[in-house]
Amino acid sequence: MNAPLLELKAVQTHIGAYHILHGVDFAVPEGEVTMLLGRNGAGKTTTLRTIMGLWQASAGEVRFRGQAIQAQRTPDIASQGIAYVPENMGIFTDLTVKENIVLAARNAQHEGDLDRARLDWIFGLFPALQKFWLYPAGKLSGGQKQMLAVARAICEPRALILIDEPSKGLAPSIIQNLVSAFRELKRQKTTILLVEQNFMMAKALGDQVAVMDNGRVVHRGAMAELVENESLQQRLLGLSLGAHQ
Amino acid sequence: MNTAVAAAPELRQIPKSSFDTKPLWLLAVVVLGAIPAIGSGSTWLTLTVAGLAMGFIVFIIASGLTLVFGLMDVLNFGHGVFIALGAFVATSVMGGMAGFSAQGGWQSLVSIFCAMLVAMAVAGAVGLAFERLIVRPVYGLHLKQILITMGGMIVGEEIIKMIWGPLQIALPLPDALRGSYLIGDASIEKYRLIASAIGALVFGALVWTLNRTKIGLLIRAGVQDREMVESLGYRIQRLFIGVFVAGSALAGLGGVMWGLYQQNVSPQIGAQVNVLIFIVIIIGGLGSTLGCFIGALLVGLMANYAGFLAPKVALFSNIALMVGVLLWRPQGLYPVTNR
Repeated sequence: MNAPLLELKAVQTHIGAYHILHGVDFAVPEGEVTMLLGRNGAGKTTTLRTIMGLWQASAGEVRFRGQAIQAQRTPDIASQGIAYVPENMGIFTDLTVKENIVLAARNAQHEGDLDRARLDWIFGLFPALQKFWLYPAGKLSGGQKQMLAVARAICEPRALILIDEPSKGLAPSIIQNLVSAFRELKRQKTTILLVEQNFMMAKALGDQVAVMDNGRVVHRGAMAELVENESLQQRLLGLSLGAHQ
Repeated sequence: MNTAVAAAPELRQIPKSSFDTKPLWLLAVVVLGAIPAIGSGSTWLTLTVAGLAMGFIVFIIASGLTLVFGLMDVLNFGHGVFIALGAFVATSVMGGMAGFSAQGGWQSLVSIFCAMLVAMAVAGAVGLAFERLIVRPVYGLHLKQILITMGGMIVGEEIIKMIWGPLQIALPLPDALRGSYLIGDASIEKYRLIASAIGALVFGALVWTLNRTKIGLLIRAGVQDREMVESLGYRIQRLFIGVFVAGSALAGLGGVMWGLYQQNVSPQIGAQVNVLIFIVIIIGGLGSTLGCFIGALLVGLMANYAGFLAPKVALFSNIALMVGVLLWRPQGLYPVTNR
């Protein structure tokens, strides 16, 4: 396992009167894909939002490159090279695909400032985005919107990408397309923290895994270990991989 | 490598996203429908130009308000105070330059231009303080926003009375802007043409900024999803302050133009216009600049046509327009997605 790029230590988060995270501990090693798994309501999305500063941690520490960031504001956290793809994709539907990408590329003032080589690489991953380049993002299909959300996160080099349930509600063929794109990112040693309920996707991509339940991490380790151990899957996630194959 | 992306060949086969022209048709229906109702072509032309001029001025005032609401979900009922402030500052500037502008010709236009610039600067500066002291503590709290911004407007009006007095002050048009052009039997006032030109200029500048610049892109994105804009690394708070200040400055400019339109100003001028501008931004779709523009023109035209055709229902006409539009499109003429 590589050195951690991101570490969460005893992180607690309250949303109003509700205590959601009860002390979350895990690390995201640099250059690897870490899967964050767990049932609905386990606290996965809250964990990502807490890392991004969208909800403030009430206790504990979030360290990025060794520096505590839990008290920083969202734009400052993002500026350090952390990209976030939320569960609802966060697409600006009234803007075109091009405008969404220009906005995400913080060093670009307009289309001409975009890194063409990187853009070609993105078009290679997601050809639909080139096809619909000048089209309002709100008119894209669900899968294309997800592609755009991921493209926004990778249109400039980022140190860490946080992605929340990218396969949710998508057709299997689109999921396969996303898996291929994430594999390409993984091949380029991009550090990713991926929240996912689709175990097949997690199995295909994950190097490390953290499983959450009731606002705590109840298991950490290598993804391969969880894939091998069906009783562990059954205990942690209430599933057996065999049943999914 | 920094080159623009060539449109893919397949793009030609993709149906273009169609622009929603129905609100424009509504505008055309109102304008053309007034011809038989009014009967006289020259009267119709006079009323139409007057309505468009009024609409342009209302648009200048309301455009900042709709962006402030769209971007930060702030209901600023105190927007009217910037209108009054702009108008009163103009009386002082034009009064101070009376000797200069009395020479007539371009000198009087220079004095109006100076009055507009100073009014915008003062309204923008007061807007900065207003946002910091009154609006910022109540982000996300709509009821408190309504109460405190209305309170802010009342306090602002009282301060205006302390400085300029409680009475109405004349804001006469300079000689260069008085008079009309005659087109057949139709009388087109010079000032209304100037007001329309300035309104069109402001609309063009806003559209260019919103569609051609990164700041504009951020504003449009922020209107839809503030949180995501912040997640991309942009400080939306700074953007909001900028929009609030710009909106206040535009209200100040609108105040000068409205004062010149009425040829007098009173401390209550802001409160009087407030009703109109809220009708406009609701009709247009909260947060939509194009909707605000079309809504303002509709309101201006409706006020003038109704004032001529049925003076007794003139006050009610814009409320009726708003009800009709909302029955047709409950989110306004150009709803902003995600709101």
